[in-house]
Amino acid sequence: MKSAKFDHQRAASLDDALKALGNADGEARIMGGGQSLGPMMNLRLAQPDLLIDISRVGGLDGIEVSGDVIRVGARVTHARVEDGEVPGVTGAYMQTVASGISYRSVRNRGTIGGSVAHADPSADWPSALLALGGDVVIAGQDGERRMPLDDFQVGPFATGLGFEEILTGFELPALSDSAKCGYYKVNRKPGEFADAIGAVVIGVSPRVVCGATEAAPFRVSVAEEKLAAGATEISVADARDMIAVHEPGFDDYDLQIHAVALSRAVGRAFA
Amino acid sequence: MTELTLKINGEDVTADVETRLSLADFIRDHRRLTGTHLGCEHGVCGACTVLMNGEPVRSCITFAVVADGTEITTIEGFEDDDPMTLLRQAFHENHALQCGYCTPGMLVAARDIVTRLPDADEDRVRLELAGNLCRCTGYVGIVNAILSVIEKRRL
Ligand SMILES: Cc1cc2nc3c(=O)[nH]c(=O)nc-3n(C[C@H](O)[C@H](O)[C@H](O)COP(=O)(O)OP(=O)(O)OC[C@H]3O[C@@H](n4cnc5c(N)ncnc54)[C@H](O)[C@@H]3O)c2cc1C
Ligand code: FES
Ligand code: FES
Repeated sequence: MKSAKFDHQRAASLDDALKALGNADGEARIMGGGQSLGPMMNLRLAQPDLLIDISRVGGLDGIEVSGDVIRVGARVTHARVEDGEVPGVTGAYMQTVASGISYRSVRNRGTIGGSVAHADPSADWPSALLALGGDVVIAGQDGERRMPLDDFQVGPFATGLGFEEILTGFELPALSDSAKCGYYKVNRKPGEFADAIGAVVIGVSPRVVCGATEAAPFRVSVAEEKLAAGATEISVADARDMIAVHEPGFDDYDLQIHAVALSRAVGRAFA
Repeated sequence: MTELTLKINGEDVTADVETRLSLADFIRDHRRLTGTHLGCEHGVCGACTVLMNGEPVRSCITFAVVADGTEITTIEGFEDDDPMTLLRQAFHENHALQCGYCTPGMLVAARDIVTRLPDADEDRVRLELAGNLCRCTGYVGIVNAILSVIEKRRL
């Protein structure tokens, strides 16, 4: 199983990478950790003409707190999050998520920015970060812009990122000590992609996400209202009704596993 | 073709490679270090696990060009490595291999477990091994071998 031929360019800086994207003929792709691109290229599901490797670009791998915002660079690996480098309640929640992503030897290379840019509906960060809220930071040919996570992913493998843009990082809320978080992933074996995801973050106001569907992860508004009104649990039966509103096409099995994920995520938040 | 300079098992290596060459194929076909095995070639089975700058990575989904400037350790490169010496003995004593296909990747992953997680219990060892598939042993011998090394390293 071999990748099709491509040109490889190691970007020395963000500007360098943006220039390469802007000047490219044919399909150019940014490579972060290569842990999704690698398999996809080996299977020839992706055949880019040019790979722009940002794995040495400085300034994209920072983790810093300023006030009530935590900035996490796009190149921060899952392993660094697993090891607790993101501080506070936000960090503890992200640590739980990271440790369930694939296996350590993939987590050592795979990046949070790559995962969100890739926007696989079954991946963890797209759902987990949507529950956290905050902004995606994007660098383009004419400077930097921010986009709320709420608007970023528009479908399976589809985001608001332009062809000549690079995801540089995230601005996430630094949750207070009283915030509650729960994450639950249904899969058959640890480290596999999810069959269903429930993600719950109760900070300033509750955010509840249903993920690993055929579409982009979505917020479950009725569940959020219930938690805002003081509920501390959501039954599987109630979760089924709440999710069915958003996903009328779900069959019984899909509805059940997503309801179980949501109900257990709420359970973990209040455990 | 792209020029590549890296260290493999302590030796400086320079080569001109195709960009699409995987690190695994570079190690096996160009360097003739065939201890690194290939199973699935898409990141799932763990047979191809090697150390890059001291951390386990999948060499099948890492392009060789990405390894430029790094230090790679393959299963052939642990001659004087204490944790690996203990693990080899423990794998032998616990019948932790049968056909041996998974063993190079299994040992590299096991070395990561015993050095990074010195307090791991059986559940944790099993969880960490989710990324290394063995079709022969049923894992019991492997888990026991790793636990026995964790125990030894505590003394
Ligand atoms: C065996 C295996 C199991 C896995 N299991 C899981 C799992 O359970 N859960 C999970 O969430 N993930 C899983 N993954 C995927 C893994 O988490 C990847 O690391 C992640 O999806 C992609 O990150 P990356 O940095 O490797 O991105 P790459 O592979 O480098 O890139 C992926 C895509 O994003 C684009 N991209 C990357 N970085 C940027 C950027 N900064 N700006 C713009 N575009 C960018 C690329 O152009 C490409 O299209 C698994 C992977 C493997 C191999
Ligand atoms: S051959 Fe690399 S993980 Fe299977
Ligand atoms: S010993 Fe045969 S696959 Fe593990």
